[in-house]
Amino acid sequence: MNTIYVDNNATTEVLPEVVEAMTPFFGKLYGNPSSMHSFGGQVGKHIDSARENIANFLGASRPSEIVFTGCGTESDNTAIRSALITQPDKRHIVTTAVEHPAVLELCKHLQDKEGYNVTFLGVNKDGNLDLEELKSSLRDETAIVSIMWANNETGVIFPMQEIAEICAGKNIPFHTDAVQTAGKLSIDVDKTPITYLAISGHKVNAPKGVGALYIRRGTKFSPLLIGGHHEQGRRAGTLNVPSIIGLSKACELAQKYMNEEFGKVKKLRNQLESGILEKIPNSFVNGDKENRLPNTANISFQGIEGEAILLMLNEYGVCASSGSACSSGSLEPSHVLRAMKVPFSRAHGSIRFSLSRFNTENEVRLIIEKMQGIVKRLRELSPVS
Amino acid sequence: MWKYTDKVIDHFLHPRNVGEIENPDGTGEVGSLACGDMLRLTFKLDKQKKHIEDAKFKTFGCASAIASSSALTEMIKGMTIKQAENITNKDIAKFLGGLPEQKMHCSVMGREALEAAIKNYRGEEDEKHELEGNIICKCFGVTDKEIERVAKENNLTTIEQITDYTKAGGGCQLCHEEIKHILDKVQGKTTEQPDYKDTTEWTNLKIMHQVEKLMNNRIRPALKYDSGDLELVDVDHHTVYIRLKGACATCPHSDMTVSRFIEKELQKEILPDIKVKEVKE
Repeated sequence: MNTIYVDNNATTEVLPEVVEAMTPFFGKLYGNPSSMHSFGGQVGKHIDSARENIANFLGASRPSEIVFTGCGTESDNTAIRSALITQPDKRHIVTTAVEHPAVLELCKHLQDKEGYNVTFLGVNKDGNLDLEELKSSLRDETAIVSIMWANNETGVIFPMQEIAEICAGKNIPFHTDAVQTAGKLSIDVDKTPITYLAISGHKVNAPKGVGALYIRRGTKFSPLLIGGHHEQGRRAGTLNVPSIIGLSKACELAQKYMNEEFGKVKKLRNQLESGILEKIPNSFVNGDKENRLPNTANISFQGIEGEAILLMLNEYGVCASSGSACSSGSLEPSHVLRAMKVPFSRAHGSIRFSLSRFNTENEVRLIIEKMQGIVKRLRELSPVS
Repeated sequence: MWKYTDKVIDHFLHPRNVGEIENPDGTGEVGSLACGDMLRLTFKLDKQKKHIEDAKFKTFGCASAIASSSALTEMIKGMTIKQAENITNKDIAKFLGGLPEQKMHCSVMGREALEAAIKNYRGEEDEKHELEGNIICKCFGVTDKEIERVAKENNLTTIEQITDYTKAGGGCQLCHEEIKHILDKVQGKTTEQPDYKDTTEWTNLKIMHQVEKLMNNRIRPALKYDSGDLELVDVDHHTVYIRLKGACATCPHSDMTVSRFIEKELQKEILPDIKVKEVKE
């Protein structure tokens, strides 16, 4: 059975070109880039050019604005904690109710265990923010605003330029979790006044276990990991050289294929979505249909449960995700869908399909066909009419 | 991904006894849409009224909820009521070759539905929302009796296990202290009685059920009379979120429908401080 992978917001394939670029650094080029000898130094040169590549990818004017981390979560935690530590008299944080857990759970922790005041901005039924609410939430003691660029579950894109400008206008550091945006939309921190920006390797066809954090020059900074002098004292720990090289190569490729992602992938996503909506009664798209990542479709099937749908899709080799309680291991359905006031009868039955440029029209047709049978079977089993 | 046994997958992909028995001898329904799983069990006795001749189920829920329901119907067919009564959630899990810890609540739901169906057969009409014992977990409506029973039957010792088996403590987590107390009592560590809250307290689950009932029986029929309708979106503590549909959605007087009719009805019948908020399309 062939695998039909439509779970690219969860993780992506490590591209062969990326593996190829990484391979020498598992072998002969094993030196430590921090070493004082040229054997390590030659590796250091590769790291320098990787940093430059990634800076270009994000529109950063200086490579020194990029710090390598272990993952997207570490990048997010580093940014938020740094803003808090460097402004000890400011005890207020603004974020949204629909953030990825890497930001949301940290902010809840800061509120519950460390006494910070946190404003969680709500969203409307389409998953959009009210910028007036953002403006009125800002206070003199706001230490940081952390708002994701695009939502991982629904793909809804927040108006980054306006948000960043609102924060910059008030001189409040602004962090964005751009993990789902990198490789899908163009990012230019030169034009968008963002203070911190987090990305993750494995969402852009690089390996798992590497991320990066952009820190605008001149930002007061305090590291999360404390130890050696790596990354100019901003992130202790020996560099994960092969993965950083992989991340650099992946960003280069992402830049090259970005337009394809927008064109081809968007077309496939729209085919999948309209096919499902047309063939399956009582199915609904979650999130603003216009203002959305080109690859993401989040669809609810009323009256049935998401994990059951996923396991039946799995029988056909189709890999997707769900916002249902059961599939996540928690007992409540997706916080994103709840914040959008999606009724329970739909929230438990939501499926996220996230495509890539490697999907085909045949795959999309097969998913539409199989979904019809799956939904029919599960609805026959369900006591909910 | 969950580690399901082949038997769980088999009963999920090929569920036995799906449906509803006409004129059943016993019916039991447990769970709710809000909680993410719901099971309706019906059974019929043979002519001598001795053995369970047939049993059917309908389930809204994940793979293990469907498999547990299917397993339950297979297990009770041919049993006497007395025998069926002795089935525990452990027996259901064992029949399936085990369930992941976090999914044990599915087996508990099966046992609860069976219990409700037997009560229904005996005419001990179990007013579904009048639960036995004191409510401990307000998010999922779980009582101390239920927690104690499941803890004893499954030899549970930690709060996480109680959450895996009953869902209690899996929401706001404010009841963790009380769950700990019950566990201590079960393990004989303490004899002192914890200070339980008022038993008549309204849980989210109970409000949800009552609101759903009132909406379907009274409010929606009234709105439909004027070609309108509504959809229940969410219940958060004492705030009920609805979405108006049909003629109501575009009616210039919809504010009044919400505040003077819907909210008044809910306040009169359920709780005086209930608030109704309209979620706009």
